[in-house]
Amino acid sequence: MKKILTCAVLILAMSASAFGAAFKLGGTAPLTGGAAIYGMSARNGAQIAVDEINAMGGDIQFELRYEDDTHDAEKAVNAYNALKDWGMQISLSSVTSKPAEATAAENFSDRIFALTPSASSAAVTEGKDNVFQMCFVDPNQGTASAQYIASKGLAKKVAVIWKNDDVYSKGVRDTFVEKAPEVGLEIVSETTFADGNDTDFSVQLTEAKEKGAELVFLPMYYQPASLILAQAQAMGYAPKWFGIDGMDGILTMEGFDKSLAEGVMLLTPFNADAKDEKTAKFVAEYQKRHGEVPNQFAADGYDCVYAFCQALTLAKATPDMDAETLCAKMVEQFTTMTFNGVTGENVKWSANGEVSKDPKGMVIQNGAYVGLD
Amino acid sequence: MTMKRLINLKRAEARKIYLTYAVVIVAYVVCQIMSSTKFFSSSMRGMLVPICAYMVMAVSLNLVVGILGELSLGHAGFMSVGAFAGVTSAILMQGVITNAPVRLALAMIIAAVFAAVAGFLIGIPVLRLKGDYLAIVTLAFGEIIKSILNNFYLGVDSQGLHFSMLSDTTRLLKGGRLIIRGPMGISGIQKISTFPAGFILLMIALMIVFNLVNSRSGRAFMAIRDDRIAAESIGLDITKYKMMAFVMSAAIAGAAGALFAMNYSTVVANKFDFNTSILILVFVVLGGQGNMLGSIIAAAVLTILPEKLREFSEYRMLLYAIVLIVMMLATNNAEIRSFLASLNPFRRKEEA
Repeated sequence: MKKILTCAVLILAMSASAFGAAFKLGGTAPLTGGAAIYGMSARNGAQIAVDEINAMGGDIQFELRYEDDTHDAEKAVNAYNALKDWGMQISLSSVTSKPAEATAAENFSDRIFALTPSASSAAVTEGKDNVFQMCFVDPNQGTASAQYIASKGLAKKVAVIWKNDDVYSKGVRDTFVEKAPEVGLEIVSETTFADGNDTDFSVQLTEAKEKGAELVFLPMYYQPASLILAQAQAMGYAPKWFGIDGMDGILTMEGFDKSLAEGVMLLTPFNADAKDEKTAKFVAEYQKRHGEVPNQFAADGYDCVYAFCQALTLAKATPDMDAETLCAKMVEQFTTMTFNGVTGENVKWSANGEVSKDPKGMVIQNGAYVGLD
Repeated sequence: MTMKRLINLKRAEARKIYLTYAVVIVAYVVCQIMSSTKFFSSSMRGMLVPICAYMVMAVSLNLVVGILGELSLGHAGFMSVGAFAGVTSAILMQGVITNAPVRLALAMIIAAVFAAVAGFLIGIPVLRLKGDYLAIVTLAFGEIIKSILNNFYLGVDSQGLHFSMLSDTTRLLKGGRLIIRGPMGISGIQKISTFPAGFILLMIALMIVFNLVNSRSGRAFMAIRDDRIAAESIGLDITKYKMMAFVMSAAIAGAAGALFAMNYSTVVANKFDFNTSILILVFVVLGGQGNMLGSIIAAAVLTILPEKLREFSEYRMLLYAIVLIVMMLATNNAEIRSFLASLNPFRRKEEA
């Protein structure tokens, strides 16, 4: 009898540790298709953080699951629902903006707390008390870029090439153009491209060159940017280049001649060359696992998980709490706590979910990102 | 009217129509019961409305491809016109009509009207062509619609509606709202689409298409499909009938677009690209050209399938493609077809 009892207790104890012991983290990301590089990076970064935290063996243990959303709002909602069926307690939202906008609405109505690593559109957090961002919102990137260029005296005459069917590109361009005159920058040329005509940039580059732009601002992802750099070199045009976080990843792009990106500046919250212990440890682990330097998306994913860990510890949350209880606790913590991560020190969140941290200027030198300051 | 016309039909055809209605109604009731008893996963529940929208799209495109016999590769374009017109009108009506189902119904009607107008305008040049030429021109128009919507800005303030092209120059007064924001599409949509609304829309679409097909005009469509020269020789106005089918199909697609868009909090024009047009065409081809029930089932299966394949993670889309190829081969295999036909209780009675 005693034996049976012991067995029963043991089995109970084991099942308790197997079932309710870990917080279930879920996120959707483009793991296939054109934006897959961002989704994979964010997932890899988050996975490293989860493994590190679990290995420390503290009270907070995580179980992470990512579902593919192919950078599409409809698929993202499907992926989100699949995660809900799995038992997701806390959400990593989506990696890209439009899918995140769609899943954020679900997060809000289901009362599941969400912190997106990299969905930067302002509409993601707008009007939702339980959706937070780890990255800057697009409008802030434009403003910060203009201020940075002006305060460092990089140029006076600026050309902007942007993608007019892309949320991200447009968001940054709008605030950049608005801020530029205020800080004394003159926008001499502004040209656009779109899906389908994103392979030939000779018209845009010629105009920038003729108008005498000293610096070309490229608010876009790195694929078109890589072509712009190549074509500018072919036509002998060598202005300063300035990009935003979407440019991150250009060095790891297959078949890209790294010498083309020499001297390109970009504003991103993460600098893989930073000497602090946290960054060095993360970069080393990422390189060991995936054989490449982590980009900003990976760092954002990594920081998200650590931010959850900190908030859960502060709130004394346990994994047997349901999503709604956790949501209330998380909202309380995220609006009051200060977080130190690899994408910034003294990171704070406002009640509307936007993050405040300092962007870091980076320049590409000898095929690697180097901090500007 | 409906009854009289159906009585005059051949028995087999009437049975097919009733069978379609019956399957749709039974499927709806089963899904409703299952989702209310929590037997459905969130994943399935979340797909009910988009499946309805895709089913309506399949019915709509089947009218052009299966009945009229012309290949349209730009059908997602009409869906997007409907989506944007429907969502915009729903947002504008938000303050006036507080009853969500009524607002949804009105938005779908407005969406259908806008899509029909787009269908008519595009139909004028397109329908003078035939075959491959027509297919390619519809493809081009689908892309044009996408481009226009990607560069279209529409806002509302106390002075009324303002719109601009290329960049936002609407200069809204304080308190105004920019509804359509070019490439950013529409954000903050109230999710008022419901599964019952999707079901009703599908039933209406089926009724319209079946009635049209079995009317004098419908006979003309099929005559044109089967032999254009013969149809012309007996004095049928080819362009008129083609236009009729095309506009009707566009209107139904527009309503489906509104239903689809109002199931999500955001919509962008890029969603309705060439891939979406092809996806809808796949529903029609897999389900059988002219076979409404087949294309409805194909729409449901092909929407659920990629979700059910999630456990295969990276190999998901590869498996999806393989399943698609197998299904295409299987449904075209004579032996499997006759086997499937033998399962049909109505068919068997007739043969016996």
